[in-house]
Amino acid sequence: MQQVEPINPPVERIPESTNISIRVSLLSKFFLEVASFSLFMLRFFKEVFKPPYEFNELLKQCFLIGYKSLPLIGITGFIIGLVLTIQSRPTLAKFGAVSWLPAMVGVSIIREIGPVISALIFAGKVGSGIGAELASMKVTEQIDAMQVSWTNPFKYLVVSRVLAATLMLPLLVIFSDAIGLFGSFVGVNLKDHVSFYLFFSQIFQSLEFKDLLPAITKTFFFGFAIGLIGSYTGYNSNKGTEGVGEAANTAVVFSSLMVFIIDMLAVQITSLMQS
Amino acid sequence: MNNNTTPPEIKKNEVHDNTTVVAMKHLKKSFGNNDVLKDITLQINKGESLVILGKSGTGKSVLIKCIVGLNVFDDGELSIFGQDISKISKPELIAVRKKIGFLFQSGALYDSMSVRENLEFPLKRQQQTIGDDEMDAMVKEALGNVGLSEAIDKKPSELSGGMRKRLGLARTLILKPEIMLYDEPTTGLDPITSKEISTLILDVQNKFQTTSIIITHDIECAKRTANRIIVLKEGVCFAEGSYTELENSGDSWIRSFFE
Ligand SMILES: Nc1ncnc2c1ncn2[C@@H]1O[C@H](COP(=O)(O)OP(=O)(O)OP(=O)(O)O)[C@@H](O)[C@H]1O
Ligand SMILES: [Mg+2]
Repeated sequence: MQQVEPINPPVERIPESTNISIRVSLLSKFFLEVASFSLFMLRFFKEVFKPPYEFNELLKQCFLIGYKSLPLIGITGFIIGLVLTIQSRPTLAKFGAVSWLPAMVGVSIIREIGPVISALIFAGKVGSGIGAELASMKVTEQIDAMQVSWTNPFKYLVVSRVLAATLMLPLLVIFSDAIGLFGSFVGVNLKDHVSFYLFFSQIFQSLEFKDLLPAITKTFFFGFAIGLIGSYTGYNSNKGTEGVGEAANTAVVFSSLMVFIIDMLAVQITSLMQS
Repeated sequence: MNNNTTPPEIKKNEVHDNTTVVAMKHLKKSFGNNDVLKDITLQINKGESLVILGKSGTGKSVLIKCIVGLNVFDDGELSIFGQDISKISKPELIAVRKKIGFLFQSGALYDSMSVRENLEFPLKRQQQTIGDDEMDAMVKEALGNVGLSEAIDKKPSELSGGMRKRLGLARTLILKPEIMLYDEPTTGLDPITSKEISTLILDVQNKFQTTSIIITHDIECAKRTANRIIVLKEGVCFAEGSYTELENSGDSWIRSFFE
């Protein structure tokens, strides 16, 4: 019995110290991850300007990433425009400002909702797709196979996908904005009668160039972040088949988070520049 | 076993040329604490076909991946065509690597491409200027060689395991490399297809004077193709010799590969 007692205190201490070491190792893991992501981004900028350029693959990815996302982005854009209009009408009606409906909805779609919702959907569809595709190519040694065919797999796979995502998302957002405004037009006409011409002239009167420019500019960053994070999680996946699902999942989580962070930064920067 | 009495359809390549094509000296490779290759020294002459035997996980794949640069060895020397790999410039290295073909253990077929595109990929990469007609002819010839002509427009996912293996082989052979590294070319195939693949390997060997390294667990394939056999164990070359020498080895562990 006496021998048991001295053993006890160290046993109690162990969880405490492991707790700290777990926290420390989690923290160092986080910084390692950030560092390796930064290196990955650096490598992208190094390789993107270096010939030979993979134009064919870039075009193919633009088609797969951009064109194939049109239906999804279009449908959600329409629904958002419609719902937003229907939901906002009662509030405006209270102040007798129903005539402001097109302007209000139009501005919020173009400035904020169109870009962010499209980017989130893009992250879910394209970010996870890139993550899963590259991870499974890694597991099945396809990336190695490219390397022994004297192809730089980073350039062929990663650079083309990141570029395609960066270039396609802004176009998709413009498309989604247009469909969203049309959805809003339909929403307005459920209760009131506003002509197509009047509806859009109201919107364009309340919009300024300085609304449009930041709204479109930030979508390039959204697209870049989504493509880069998806590529990073896929290209660095190393855990066999289960890594494929994990890469897709991580890609969606972090690229969605990144969309909000960039959005917040963009708001700060534009308000600084406009004040 | 009838095979012992009937001679193979294609005779093994007799090695007359004594130029060393691949030479390794004290090659070492470890992953963390796992010392996979401890001290590998070997030479392969032009036109020779070397079979590597060894238990699963002894580092056979790692060894041939070091030759193409997919794994970077930690220490030692590797020369290909008499050029020390770690001392030559990058363009020279690429020129050397262009002469090496690698058949992946898993096939490593491009899932997003059709069978035809899988074969076109290395062609387009090797010579940017190749014409469409020429490419088409080469693709069809390569597929014909492995008996896959009818699958040309399929996706790899629609092929059976054996067909995938043969497609992998076709994709590697299409460039007629001077050195061929085969990682388990016949594993998972029925005896008839295995035999066809072994024959194909010999065929390529004879036609193009290819130097080959063949990793295999298929002792029939080893018997058909090997000029020389090396047995890897615990990161070193444990034994070396011809098929008959090793088959009648005094070491029972080595003999166990041949049972
Ligand atoms: N990229 C890697 N990272 C860490 N360890 C690795 C890596 N590649 C191989 N290994 C380790 O090296 C050892 C040898 O692997 P290798 O694939 O060469 O075996 P093998 O002899 O080809 O076996 P098999 O006959 O099953 O294919 C294994 O223990 C494996 O875990
Ligand atoms: Mg292996």
